[in-house]
Amino acid sequence: MALDSMREIFEQSRERNRPFWQVVLDTDVEERQVTAEESFEKMRATWRAMLESVASYEGGRRSVSGLVGGDGARMRAYAETGSALSGSYLQEVIATALCVGESNACMRKIVAAPTAGACGVLPAVLVPLYRTGDAEEDAVIQALYVSAGIGAVIGHRASIAGASGGCQAEIGSASAMASGALTALRGGSAEQIGHAAAMALKNLMGLICDPVAGLVEVPCVKRNVIGAVNAVSCADMALAGITSRIPVDEVIECMGDVGRRMPMEFRETALGGLAATPFGQNVKEKMKHHP
Amino acid sequence: MLDIFDILGPVMVGPSSSHTAGAVRIGRMARTLLGQEPVQAEIGLYGSFAETGEGHGTDRALVAGLLGLKPDDMEIPHSFQLAQERGLRFSFYTARLREAHPNTAVLTVEDQNGIRLEMQAASTGGGRIRVEKLNGVEVSFTGIFNTLILRHQDIAGEIANVTRELADAGINIANMNLCRDRRGGDALTVIETDQKIPPAARIRIERLPGIRRITYYEKED
Repeated sequence: MALDSMREIFEQSRERNRPFWQVVLDTDVEERQVTAEESFEKMRATWRAMLESVASYEGGRRSVSGLVGGDGARMRAYAETGSALSGSYLQEVIATALCVGESNACMRKIVAAPTAGACGVLPAVLVPLYRTGDAEEDAVIQALYVSAGIGAVIGHRASIAGASGGCQAEIGSASAMASGALTALRGGSAEQIGHAAAMALKNLMGLICDPVAGLVEVPCVKRNVIGAVNAVSCADMALAGITSRIPVDEVIECMGDVGRRMPMEFRETALGGLAATPFGQNVKEKMKHHP
Repeated sequence: MLDIFDILGPVMVGPSSSHTAGAVRIGRMARTLLGQEPVQAEIGLYGSFAETGEGHGTDRALVAGLLGLKPDDMEIPHSFQLAQERGLRFSFYTARLREAHPNTAVLTVEDQNGIRLEMQAASTGGGRIRVEKLNGVEVSFTGIFNTLILRHQDIAGEIANVTRELADAGINIANMNLCRDRRGGDALTVIETDQKIPPAARIRIERLPGIRRITYYEKED
């Protein structure tokens, strides 16, 4: 089988009595002609690289434009004062998303998930749970298979590139992947995983890709935060038994359609949206003279 | 279908899968196809590579790839210095192309014996690449398969001889493409395979009559 639709994964899961993550693993085993152990260990290496991308953060680094850096540390320091509105998990989700997004902008090592611009979303929701002992490593790795399955379906039926689908295709997809991963981690069914992914994608539908000066910095880093927080709320909704009225495959197709109709100014060209603000133009000019 | 490790991955140095990781892979591909350590490189940037390449480290990523670094190597940001240490001279220019992918680079590389290779390649998203021209001949391959590139005489039975060697080694062909400049002249065949092609099989292919040169790119693990 190929990972062509979420419905196909649901059916496989039901017919063969296999959880969602295992259907994705089986597909990888078949596609790449590897053993289940080899596949699982490769996913473990991917997870460890994600952990490392969080651990290696340093608040003193700055990106090439100088616009990005230090906010992850700022968020953590604020959380430590005990006055944050969000609870202990969510404030760490926000901080982690910023840290990894900033590290990416500063040319550090990250895991593209599904792209480098959206690399903060998955670690943001998973690493805090792992660090507090609320999730075992093998369970997290299984959850990563769930996220990869969702991402593969989105990549097949829509797009995971800002240049073709806008930010909804990058942060939106990452959010859907993270939401499904969290739902699986908390024992949700294959259908609940689908609802979580559908809700996450719907909430970010239409989001344009408008990077200032064409750099993966502003607004990309902070959009990792909305992707992560949205993933948490949608997973919680799905686990509460709340469903997406629109089937997940239809939502994915729709995101692809919205992306195709998006004017090219809003697809990574840095010609529209925030990139076209006076501030954004100014940064672009400066970068031309002093890159 | 998409490889799930292209969805969760690659593990890479930021900031952009297309402008950084893809650029490293383009550089590595040119190095592999040259077959020797490059000592000189002229690098043309086109489209978005030319517009935002410096901010994304595309220039440093291409040079890193030419030096054989992988997309997750922390030395990528320092590749210019590394090139100096290893004796690779390089320069950049803005390429003028007609109807190319917006993230395109044209690399002219040369080894110490003066053997040159010109390669045009595009970074197509998520770190994936596609080689589009080799020494002026249009091709299309991505490096997600093991890839055998043959320069050979345009004679009847040449492909049959090559594919028989591959079959004997238990190697399955995923995609194949053949171009020639004129009847009986030079031909270029690109064969993408599911399995790695062991050195012994490559030597047997190289010794077949009519084969001028073989180049092999083994996909990243």
